[in-house]
Amino acid sequence: MNQWKNFIKGFIKENPVFVLLLGMCPTLGVTSSAINGLGMGLATTFVLVMSNIVIALIKGFIPDKVRIPSFIVVIASFVTIVQMVLQAYLPALYAQLGLFIPLIVVNCIILGRAEAFASKNGVWPSLIDGLGMGLGFAFALTILGSVREMLGAGAIFNYKFIPANSDGILLFILAPGAFIVLGYLIAIINKIKKEA
Amino acid sequence: MAKKKSSLINMVFTLFVITLVASAALGYIYELTKDPISQMKQNKKLQAIKIVVPEFNNNPSADMYKIPTYEGTDSLECYPAKKDGELVGTAVKTYTKNGFGGLVWLMVGFKTDGTINDISVLEQNETPGLGTKMTTAKFKNQFNNKNPEQYKLSVKKDGGDVDAITAATISSRAFCDAVNRAHKSFKNKGGDK
Repeated sequence: MNQWKNFIKGFIKENPVFVLLLGMCPTLGVTSSAINGLGMGLATTFVLVMSNIVIALIKGFIPDKVRIPSFIVVIASFVTIVQMVLQAYLPALYAQLGLFIPLIVVNCIILGRAEAFASKNGVWPSLIDGLGMGLGFAFALTILGSVREMLGAGAIFNYKFIPANSDGILLFILAPGAFIVLGYLIAIINKIKKEA
Repeated sequence: MAKKKSSLINMVFTLFVITLVASAALGYIYELTKDPISQMKQNKKLQAIKIVVPEFNNNPSADMYKIPTYEGTDSLECYPAKKDGELVGTAVKTYTKNGFGGLVWLMVGFKTDGTINDISVLEQNETPGLGTKMTTAKFKNQFNNKNPEQYKLSVKKDGGDVDAITAATISSRAFCDAVNRAHKSFKNKGGDK
């Protein structure tokens, strides 16, 4: 497969959030602001790229029956590394994302890509796949977070564009807002896909 | 690619090697990030203490002592703030279990006469846009320079003196509960001496 196509598929055609509908838990949970969505997306991208590379490297040595436990150990290790590094060097973001960082382990995008792609392809395509899917996920989360922050808090990346003492539409910061915005975004993406 | 045959020996061996490498890598990263993490936590606490007590020049973390809560079931951390050896205030790290989203941790600063100097929210998981307003100056500054002996630490709805946050009475009550816990426990122990 052409590597560029491999990379770009994660954004629209096979976007993990808008098309595959994978990893809904962090998607709905952390996207109350654009910066949270971006942070979560980038943390997931790192784990996805690293685990894809390692799994592509070691797939030849792993007996078929224990491949899932092996993948989980690899993924969990990278997630723990991300957690410790964030805690040490980006404590503000860590405090915001909190519980959702360790939950990257059970994000089905990562195990899904390991099983569906990295365990069947070489290191280089796996790296590109991880990067594309991860950035596609980050892209989706950032858009979702931006829309919710704009409607819910009248701000974008913490920069407020409505008067300081007025509020946005609270609903969009709360969980139901996540579902509503996600629904509309999926509809828009479907329209774009149909026309393309 | 042909799938590798699974036998007991190679399964056990593979898992052993993978977990060994993974734990070695994690141990290494843990050692690397241990110091920055504890440094970060110390700084965060020191920042909170600086906000809630008058100016000081000692190291409150080094002088930290523990007092039992007034219910006697737990203990709170007290950070005395001293300027040139003289006590100017005490920061009490307190909590409440009544929050809308789990525990709420506050740092409450008392002056030597027992009045509240300022309050800082350390940790909260209240509803965004409602309960989270407890971190805003509008709500928490109403406690400043009040002495809990005369100032009733409960919301007006419950007969107290505190203006609750609109649509977040539970969070406001929780906040009062935490401040109350700090005050009562601190007084029980003998105030500021």
